[in-house]
Amino acid sequence: MFTWESRFNLKWLGVYYAALFVWLGTTAMHIPEGYLSPITSLIMFLLVLPFWAIGARKIRQTMNARSIPLIALLAAFSFVIMMFNLPLPGGTSGHAIGAALAAVILGPEIATIAVSIALIIQALFFGDGGVLAIGANCFNMAVVIPYISFYIYRAFSKNVPLTSQRRLIGAALGGWVGVTVAAFLAGVEFGIQPLLFTAADGAPLYAPYPLAVAIPAMVIPHMLIPSIVEGLLTALVVAYLQRSNIHVLETAEKPAMATDAGSFQKLRGLWVGLIVLIVASPLGLLAPGTAWGEWSTTQLTEMGLKAVPSGLEKLSTLWGAPLSGYDLPLLGNTNLGYVLSAALGISIVALVVWLFLMLLTAGSNPQKQNT
Amino acid sequence: MVEKHQHSNVLEHSLRDIAGTLERTLFAEEISTKPGLLQSLDPRVKVVTVLAFLIAVSLSRSLGVIAGIYVLALVLALASSIPASFFIKRVWLALPFFTGMIILPAFFITPGPTLIQLPLGLVITSTGVTTALFLLLRVSTSVSLTLLLILTTPWNTTLSALTVLRVPDVFILILGMTYRYIYLLLHIANDMFLSRKSRVVGHLNDADNRRLLAAVSGALLGKSLDMSSEVYLAMQSRGFRGKMVTLKPFAMRKSDWGWLTGFLSICALAIFLGR
Repeated sequence: MFTWESRFNLKWLGVYYAALFVWLGTTAMHIPEGYLSPITSLIMFLLVLPFWAIGARKIRQTMNARSIPLIALLAAFSFVIMMFNLPLPGGTSGHAIGAALAAVILGPEIATIAVSIALIIQALFFGDGGVLAIGANCFNMAVVIPYISFYIYRAFSKNVPLTSQRRLIGAALGGWVGVTVAAFLAGVEFGIQPLLFTAADGAPLYAPYPLAVAIPAMVIPHMLIPSIVEGLLTALVVAYLQRSNIHVLETAEKPAMATDAGSFQKLRGLWVGLIVLIVASPLGLLAPGTAWGEWSTTQLTEMGLKAVPSGLEKLSTLWGAPLSGYDLPLLGNTNLGYVLSAALGISIVALVVWLFLMLLTAGSNPQKQNT
Repeated sequence: MVEKHQHSNVLEHSLRDIAGTLERTLFAEEISTKPGLLQSLDPRVKVVTVLAFLIAVSLSRSLGVIAGIYVLALVLALASSIPASFFIKRVWLALPFFTGMIILPAFFITPGPTLIQLPLGLVITSTGVTTALFLLLRVSTSVSLTLLLILTTPWNTTLSALTVLRVPDVFILILGMTYRYIYLLLHIANDMFLSRKSRVVGHLNDADNRRLLAAVSGALLGKSLDMSSEVYLAMQSRGFRGKMVTLKPFAMRKSDWGWLTGFLSICALAIFLGR
């Protein structure tokens, strides 16, 4: 009998990380089919929907019909960038995702759309990333990376001239942090699979490694290669644009592009809160009986999710004794119900917020006429 | 792709990736024009069927059901002029390098009863084997199903068929334009790399390579932005006023309905058996 507690061998963990390191470097962060359960895929898809809606609305307001070829060209650009192989000091090289670059130039809302389209085409026609995993891949790479890298870049570039060196630091740091956080989220998505979905004999049905393994396995290699590639490429391209095509850098800062950010920014705190919740809700499973779990319950019941509280007693036994697992009726399982309700609740709130925002701003935003 | 590289190989690497992508899709276009079962079906039937089977594979808790769907995919490939050797190799040769790498440790470190005791205190657990089989079969079957769709359907037809999933027309238009411009941008990038390579004597060091890649990326971005305004003007001059008019060339025939019913019944059965 082999259990995590009794036989966890550090040496083999090392071998294991070495193998994963190679794997992660070769596939970047595209989650293939079969690694995530259908429920997880569906939840990730629901999470990404509001961001697509925000992006679509932004495009309609700022660019109108002109946006169709613009988005198409920029999505094609994101796709092509993903094929470039950037050498790193020390003899390795890696592919960038290009999402941080897109965010710095277009702003995060439109970058989400461009990168998503590139990812959808990769999944449909090139077999990079699963078709059912499109939601998860778009959330990790087309939402998390652009928003995080853009706000870091913005923090560094506020009130400094377009040619400032500080922008390079912001671009590099934004790309690095963005990809690292995205890798963390991918690790969480992988890591909750064996907790929730197992066969009759306890064998995990999808991605097999628990959070304690999946998160470091995703985060550490990414910090060392793909995140650096992303940061480096973003900074190098910004530096190139500063030298030779500086007006491109103004795009994300033009009033036309930025005004709508006003209505978004008013709600930015809420979005940040939601993202924290999204990230944190599966972690609640890891820390049973702490303030974390309790806090989540109250939060969730305030949202009106009645399914949650009954599941929480069971949570305290979760980590010590892994799920008996078998016979998981889809919603009957309390832990699954917990994660599902959390994610669903967040999605519902996000959708409501977005609809509310649409109603509020529908009349007040003059449609910019195209020329 | 992380790999060791000799200095100045970066250019070749990017060129090879670009050429490989172009070649792969040309091959797909070629097969999609051959006669065969799937080629003759309405693309909407194929989109719905492949999606339904992907969901069935994803939901299944039974290895047998997934294996059955894989066999069905193989039969359909044979009936659709897809060379079996290509169809099998394309999926199974790449698999050990990707999913194989990640699943290998699971044999040893998945908690469960001992199946085989190896030297060095290593234990292969039966749950580890089950887990590995699930992941490998799920990934290979899903990739095979997606391959069936893209190999037997021209890409623009696949995109138009997405309307059946209620994907908005504007989104399909953008996807189609993106796909088209990927090729143009790949060619432009290819030309930029090639022209640079033809002017280089000796080796570029890493720092030069990085600068080169950044410059190509930046120039490509500038070109993309310029081109988007040109494309917009071209669209406008041809009467585009922001409204999409799409041709709906598809018509379901009796045989399409027959195959759709057949496929979906098999799929429903697979979901039922795989519970």
